[in-house]
Amino acid sequence: MVKILWFAHLSEAVGKRELEIEVAGMTVAALKKQLQEQYPDLVLEHVLTAVNEEYVADDMVLDNGDVVAFIPPVSGG
Amino acid sequence: MKNYEIVSDPICIEAVTKKVMCPTAGAVTTFIGTVREFTKGKQTLYLIYEAYQEMAEKKLCQIGKEIQEKWSEAKVAITHRIGRLEIGEIAVVIAVSTPHRKDAYLANEYAIERIKEIVPIWKKEHWKDGQIWIGDQREQVAYPTGKPEEDLLHG
Repeated sequence: MVKILWFAHLSEAVGKRELEIEVAGMTVAALKKQLQEQYPDLVLEHVLTAVNEEYVADDMVLDNGDVVAFIPPVSGG
Repeated sequence: MKNYEIVSDPICIEAVTKKVMCPTAGAVTTFIGTVREFTKGKQTLYLIYEAYQEMAEKKLCQIGKEIQEKWSEAKVAITHRIGRLEIGEIAVVIAVSTPHRKDAYLANEYAIERIKEIVPIWKKEHWKDGQIWIGDQREQVAYPTGKPEEDLLHG
């Protein structure tokens, strides 16, 4: 299982803050595609991905127990 | 004592600056980011900040390390508040101390620029006629490889 965390407008688009799914072995890019098919309101362009609290590239392969967070453009400060 | 913190309660400026005070310091700069009422003529009623707390604290710590690579004697402390903030309230305090003042100014500005690039914190503007999550204040929207380029991530 992989845990997905949603923040800001993304959590509003999917209507939840966390989601657990079976996607071990899948790349980040494939996961994004699957989620966008599942949630038509979800736009993941310009959204970064963090796995286990570090930014990763779209070709990263996910493993069981990973925590994936989608990071929209940030606006702190 | 944590030098890099995400908090829900009001930030005490002096508590942050105290973390960087030391005998080798000859200058301390403190940046205080506050909630602005008007942006391009539009009136903000209040803001909601949200963070990916664990990662945000890690990234603040990374910014501190980047600063110490550039200004080796710098000491850094950053506290960012989340939750609902009213007009004029303090959202972020950055304190930097260095032996000489110029480095303290430069390193402090470096910190706030980096916060706006890599720290997972978002603000939602609430206006009289609506609300929106604000993204990308630096107007760098394209991430062709799916993440910011290496230089953006690692300083």
